[in-house]
Amino acid sequence: MTNFIDRRLNSKNKSTVNRQRFLRRYKNQIKKSVADAINKRGVTDIESGESIVIPKKDMSEPIFHQGSGGTRDKVHPGNDQFTQGDRINKPPNQQRQGSGPGNASDNGEGEDDFTFSISKEEYLNLLFEDLELPNLEKKQLDKLIEYKTVRSGFCAEGVPTNIDIVKSLQGSIARRIAMTSSKRKQLKALQEQLNTLYQDKHDHIQAERELKEKIIALKEKIAKVPFIDTFDLRFRNYAKQAVPTAKAVMFCLMDVSGSMDQATKEMAKRFYILLYLFLSRTYKNIDVVYIRHHTQAKEVDEHEFFYSQETGGTIASSALELMDKIITERYSDNQWNIYGAQASDGDNWADDSPHCQELLTEKILPKTRYFSYIEITQRAHQTLWQHYQKITQTHANFAIRHIKEIADIYPVFRELFKKNTQNAA
Amino acid sequence: MARESNDTQKQTKVLDDTPDWTFELLAQYQKEIARVAEHYRLDTYTNQIEVITAEQMMDAYASVGMPIGYNHWTFGKKFIQTEQTYKRGQMGLAYEIVINSNPCISYLMEENTMPMQALVMAHACYGHNSFFKGNYLFKSWTDASSIIDYLLFSKNYITKCEQKYGIDEVEAILDACHALMNHGVDRYKRPQKISLDDELKRQEERAEYLQSQVNALWRTLPESKKKEDAKAPSFPAEPQENILYFIEKNAPLLKPWQREIVRIVRKISQYFYPQKQTQVMNEGWACFWHYTILNHLYDDGLVSDKFMLEFLHNHTNVVAQPEYNSKFFSGINPYALGFNMFMDIRRICENPTKEDKEYFPEIAGSNWLDTVHFAMENFKDESFVSQYLSPKLIRDFKLFHIHDEAKNNYVEIGAIHNEPGYQKIRHQLASQYNLSNLEVNIQIIDANINGDRALTLRYIPHNGIELADSKTEVLKHLHYLWQFDVKIVQEQVNGEDEIIAQCPEKNQKAKDD
Repeated sequence: MTNFIDRRLNSKNKSTVNRQRFLRRYKNQIKKSVADAINKRGVTDIESGESIVIPKKDMSEPIFHQGSGGTRDKVHPGNDQFTQGDRINKPPNQQRQGSGPGNASDNGEGEDDFTFSISKEEYLNLLFEDLELPNLEKKQLDKLIEYKTVRSGFCAEGVPTNIDIVKSLQGSIARRIAMTSSKRKQLKALQEQLNTLYQDKHDHIQAERELKEKIIALKEKIAKVPFIDTFDLRFRNYAKQAVPTAKAVMFCLMDVSGSMDQATKEMAKRFYILLYLFLSRTYKNIDVVYIRHHTQAKEVDEHEFFYSQETGGTIASSALELMDKIITERYSDNQWNIYGAQASDGDNWADDSPHCQELLTEKILPKTRYFSYIEITQRAHQTLWQHYQKITQTHANFAIRHIKEIADIYPVFRELFKKNTQNAA
Repeated sequence: MARESNDTQKQTKVLDDTPDWTFELLAQYQKEIARVAEHYRLDTYTNQIEVITAEQMMDAYASVGMPIGYNHWTFGKKFIQTEQTYKRGQMGLAYEIVINSNPCISYLMEENTMPMQALVMAHACYGHNSFFKGNYLFKSWTDASSIIDYLLFSKNYITKCEQKYGIDEVEAILDACHALMNHGVDRYKRPQKISLDDELKRQEERAEYLQSQVNALWRTLPESKKKEDAKAPSFPAEPQENILYFIEKNAPLLKPWQREIVRIVRKISQYFYPQKQTQVMNEGWACFWHYTILNHLYDDGLVSDKFMLEFLHNHTNVVAQPEYNSKFFSGINPYALGFNMFMDIRRICENPTKEDKEYFPEIAGSNWLDTVHFAMENFKDESFVSQYLSPKLIRDFKLFHIHDEAKNNYVEIGAIHNEPGYQKIRHQLASQYNLSNLEVNIQIIDANINGDRALTLRYIPHNGIELADSKTEVLKHLHYLWQFDVKIVQEQVNGEDEIIAQCPEKNQKAKDD
């Protein structure tokens, strides 16, 4: 007795739940690995997943097993040179690897780390768990700025191109049935009378002729019911539906004056990477605009942004002005979701800071969905920070944070974008 | 293999040997294999042959051969590992997986060629299947007809617990149980068969009853302690090797559902217990039969030379035994040893030499079919080797024995494949398959129910081998289940017990009474 069953079409992901459990359990280690990994990526490199490394000893499942020492006897195959009583010196190291049972377990130290891959989605989810896009709820309506046409049922009026033939003919049939039903009933009755007359033994010429005339008249009436009427016509109806735009632009503003060294720029880079990754979860198309500035601002490409050297003083407002200009020229604010991120070591020409504040509050902040400023410095805050601090009190879509070292970046990023539950309430 | 004189009355047509299989072809081969298997008196459970894809095979791998498994991260880890090594091409997948259940479920991989499918059917559906049904260990330790039901019951139960008490709680208890999974069997007591009906019926009342029992155990505590401290009998009365069972019945603070989970892990561990002890025999038996059955088909003229060449190529790979100095060497290949031992038994029966008559007077010249059936039914690896390993096989494998003492800086060759060495090699190889030499001997000796409820275990070393460092980690898991102090003691040279691990860790002398 044998049954064959073809299971090939059954789901092949029986282990998905268990895999999720595994990720769940090692979330902390995996998150650490993910956080390490972003340092190695370019700003816009988000297509790939990530390979995750977990130290093997963190995830061993301990069992009681035999350790070292004692007497061991083992039988091996393939004797080619030994005779009874031969003595073979042990290798000098005291590790008796492979000499006894129990070593096969995975508890040994120094084994390879456990490496595996997670998908892009899993990677991003882990990276941005518990984070949300700022002001998304409040500005929900702002985001609905594109429309697409969708079908929405049928209506009795419209242009000829939108006539729905099937629906219209259905209406036509229904109308014709409805309008002729009483006449057809009469017709049927008359025909039955006529039949009874035919079958009668006697002739009823007069009566037959009358009946026939009536029948002809009725048939004509039925035929006069029009095949199609304007009343039957049905038109496909379309409605406009608002859809959130999937376009976003991210402005990276960075001070590249002499006081910014390469390490500081690297820190800023990580922040931009995080922001880009984060936005890419919500928006399909993201433009990145790099603006570097010292005393004047300039739009550059990514490589130049991070790696070319400049010297000189600092006028931060130049970058903000350029950003505003680019927005007006290229990113009209009802088509694009605009995000700004500015990084600086805090140095600015003292007289310029009030101007920066003014530029932000008047021009930039009303157009942007979120603007964040990070100050990477070990020293005390200067005028720019103080002026920016004033803005935070009046504008919810503006945030500033202070970063001292690389390790601060991720926590600061999380803090900037963490889910703000009390605000939502 | 000389072609036997064909039964002329049955001049059958050669079966199609194209590499691509179809379900019709599978059925044709299956029918012929079944006919031959019956000819050799292979008694099997009903076969349920499931064709699966490589991905599904990986799923089956990850669930360690359980067709239905409860959810736990360790299976996810195994899956990721399997997927990883498979994708890198470091490992091929098994051609089949077979499950000890009734009906006996075998998985065939879609990628196999027709000759491979035939090999796999002969191997799994008739070899392993008849072993599951016939071997005494499987008969007494597992109940093939109820295992699927039980696994389903346990999966549902654990899912229900997760919904009720949270994934973390359930995961913690499963982790703890998995750490002690190898200590969930009474080796010397035969278990009762598990049947789903009983299980469901008894589960509720057992939960309540157990809880009341545990309470009763601890209830009278304060008074008795005051009155008769010295007279209190030690509990448990005898050392307990079945740690999970002891926990299930006696851990003071476990909730009923937690006890049930301990029980589930214990029962599943018990289900796998015979497999650990019969690897050589089980694989050997299956290889012996796929070889014998397919050769029989060839002798009947049912399969072509082309078929046989592909089959023999795969068969030879499976039963190859690399030598100790080969780069492919990783211990003795159970397929090779088992297959050759069964072939050797047949040889001893059919063509005994003088040496065989001396070593195996009771089987030399007997009916080979009776003898291999008897061997399959009544032995496990250890006793099988010690009963049937012949001098010829020792010579063929060129077996030699290495004696290794920790105190010496050399290892000694204890015996080789010559006349004085046969007995010793047979004895050593047999004990190499003795589970009690491989697994550590740890028993619960005291639960101190009249005191601080501290649980004491004793480690009895085998050949002076210490308990590995993982003991502290395992003890943490045991502590999670018992929830009072736990320690392991080991007898020292001077006869006194020394604590080798305890949880929670503390200064050894400070709190000892």
